Amino acid sequence: MVMDCDAVIVGTGPAGATVAEVLTTAGWSVVMLEKGRNHLLSLDAPFEPLGEVSNDELKLLFRHFLGPDPWLEPRTFRHDETEGDRIHVGDVNNLPSTIGGGGIHADGKLPRFREIDFRIASELAPVDGAELVDWPLDYDELEPYYAEAERVVGVAGDADANPFAAWRSGPYPMPPGPDMFCAALTSDAATQLGYHPYRAPTGVNSVEYDGRPACNNCGFCGYFGCPIDAKGDPVAPLRHALRTGRCDIRPESYATEVLLDSSGRKARGVRYLDADGNAHEVSARHVVLGAGAFETPRLLQRSGVGNADVVGRFLMYHFQTFAMGIFPFRLHAHRGRSVTHLMDDPILPDPAADTAAREAGLPWMRGGIVEHGGASHPITEAIHLSPGEDHTRLMLGSPMRDRMAVFTMQGEDLPQATNRVDLDPHVTDAWGLPAGRVTYSPHRHEIECARHWAPRLEAVMREAGATHTFWATSPALPEHAARRRITNPSPISRHVMGTARMGNDARTSVCDRWQRLHDVDNVLVADSSVFPTGAGYGPTLTIVALAIRAARALADLEPLRSQRQARVP
Amino acid sequence: MPVWLTEHEHAVVAAAADRLIPPYDAHPGGAALGVADFIDALLGAFTFDPPRIWAGGPFSGRAGGDPSFEQFMDLSALEELAWRTRIEGSKGMVERERNGAVIGWQQQYHEGIAALGRDFCDVTPDEQDARLDRNPEFKALLYAQSCEGAYAAPEYGGNRGLRGWASIQYDGDVQPRGYTDEEVAGRD
Ligand SMILES: Cc1cc2nc3c(=O)[nH]c(=O)nc-3n(C[C@H](O)[C@H](O)[C@H](O)COP(=O)(O)OP(=O)(O)OC[C@H]3O[C@@H](n4cnc5c(N)ncnc54)[C@H](O)[C@@H]3O)c2cc1C
Ligand code: SF4
Repeated sequence: MVMDCDAVIVGTGPAGATVAEVLTTAGWSVVMLEKGRNHLLSLDAPFEPLGEVSNDELKLLFRHFLGPDPWLEPRTFRHDETEGDRIHVGDVNNLPSTIGGGGIHADGKLPRFREIDFRIASELAPVDGAELVDWPLDYDELEPYYAEAERVVGVAGDADANPFAAWRSGPYPMPPGPDMFCAALTSDAATQLGYHPYRAPTGVNSVEYDGRPACNNCGFCGYFGCPIDAKGDPVAPLRHALRTGRCDIRPESYATEVLLDSSGRKARGVRYLDADGNAHEVSARHVVLGAGAFETPRLLQRSGVGNADVVGRFLMYHFQTFAMGIFPFRLHAHRGRSVTHLMDDPILPDPAADTAAREAGLPWMRGGIVEHGGASHPITEAIHLSPGEDHTRLMLGSPMRDRMAVFTMQGEDLPQATNRVDLDPHVTDAWGLPAGRVTYSPHRHEIECARHWAPRLEAVMREAGATHTFWATSPALPEHAARRRITNPSPISRHVMGTARMGNDARTSVCDRWQRLHDVDNVLVADSSVFPTGAGYGPTLTIVALAIRAARALADLEPLRSQRQARVP
Repeated sequence: MPVWLTEHEHAVVAAAADRLIPPYDAHPGGAALGVADFIDALLGAFTFDPPRIWAGGPFSGRAGGDPSFEQFMDLSALEELAWRTRIEGSKGMVERERNGAVIGWQQQYHEGIAALGRDFCDVTPDEQDARLDRNPEFKALLYAQSCEGAYAAPEYGGNRGLRGWASIQYDGDVQPRGYTDEEVAGRD
């Protein structure tokens, strides 16, 4: 039978774009289906930027420019089944739905995971109520793919800056960009108090790289798109794939079903709806799912494909703890790349955290990286204030936008089978398909970890000179939820993982160690759905590294190997 | 001339915006910042082609480059459905009522403005505040959109003369100039 292409890829975010680059370079023909619109690059040679994203707070933050429009694509949320079918309809961890996916939005802090993150079940004691497992691969195997991911995306960083980083085979492809005033202030204070902040590796060009210019620090980075293509959003891999002449990208093409052949053990392609609502089928030797860890399980469930006992389960976010400091002077955190410093300290074992864990009846606790950030834009500041005299007085002083520094701890979220994505029984999207529904409650571990670290992060803010400090979490802690008017109870984290976990046992996982479905082996899951555990680091570099590894294996390319480079003392 | 509001409604929105975002020292209030023009442009977005929902890109021209914000962008059929539903309401049309009926902003403004009273512009500020408080849902909508009108890019109709940004020491969009490394790292 003649197929339309070698592989059909659903989704054009970092996961799908990476696979497309590897496969097309290896000579495969690829069709990419993306439900969102194309605002990124011309799909005709020479594939120039479209210049449609801009420094425009209204368009990007309030008018759903990059999608998904929550009215067209509602998602639903509940904490647990006792709440009924749902308690919220609308935006639930929405990542952009557009050519480039969430890669456009992200401000691209791209650290690697550490060795232990792949083996927490073996290295650490079990925790009641959490299903910890090791990954079916380890850091040493992934290292060369991390290096390749940093090269493809274009990561600027300093290999020696983080004393706790895992081993590396070489330096970053670019030196770090300029430090933001506000991050330098808080990271000096953190150093004073014995922590170990470092210059963040970011997927932002510090020099001209791969035909794209250096970042000019415009400040509309996280939640925006880069108007000058200086960000390591998927523009680079998509452009490389397009240049091979073997990549056909179809925007406004909504994949509705993975189609199986009559044996039920092979996929024969994907059905999708075009912008006019007409159905089409793309036949392919292989199907690759890079729809993100929310949409990939939804598509599998709709298609009845994949281990039905596990698909959608073990949904993980990062449990976010925010410590805010208000300063008596302006921090101008609207200049620069949003976040220029990180620190890993809450991920590492330390006596105070061990004691706190024991007192809470937990064997251990692991937080996450702390991002040294700040800044919001003025509409965002304004709507958080109340109307009347105070509004204008506070806007002039700008306690939030211009005088607030923010630590965000991306706390590790332990996998629980009850946390999941499934299909809402009543709410539908604009295509008439059941909305995806999240059922999610954090584990006690995340809550105790936030309670332990939040006051310590506040102390760093005070050391840095903040005159007022406070903290909050997302999702809200029980003691805070009661006090606050919460319109959207879903966690605001945009790091979504775990909903088609990989493992060696076909009964307890969805994908094998090459990210192929156990039961339909020509379907490959390329996104963070496959993560068995979530670690305390941003997921995207790991998504890209895994996708390179899985796609190279698919195309029968030699595995990449690397050698440990001695650390420069 | 407003495009969607009547002259009277426009005046009421301006007066109300001045109570929600009052002038203060040298800082202009919602009325002087053109909040009513911004809201009128949103309610009448579909009287323009392309509709005035998304300004163009990549640059406004204020920091160099061509002024492309002025060329508003096309919406897809689905995006138009979503924005018309928000603005005009579902009006019993099946495709707009998939998950229930929607009361559009146009109707919320018509009714909300009427509820503030014919004489809203002429009563005392205290009385204006009291009337806004008696219509909390409309007040919340008006406040959220006044914030947008005061501080969004001026191409959307508000932030008149860039005074919304200037008074709060904000540069707004800065591409393609950006900031120098010294401006990022330095104290000032
Ligand atoms: C503001 C922000 C900041 C962030 N910062 C960081 C950071 O600093 N570090 C980090 O590691 N991560 C960060 N992230 C997270 C990062 O964006 C995601 O991890 C990443 O985008 C995930 O890539 P993905 O390809 O798996 O999925 P996505 O980027 O979500 O892409 C999936 C694509 O598939 C499309 N799709 C879905 N379903 C279908 C369907 N049925 N048919 C067709 N197409 C479909 C979607 O429209 C989307 O374009 C950030 C995210 C945001 C929003
Ligand atoms: S800060 Fe740099 S990378 Fe980010 S959007 Fe601006 S120019 Fe692009």
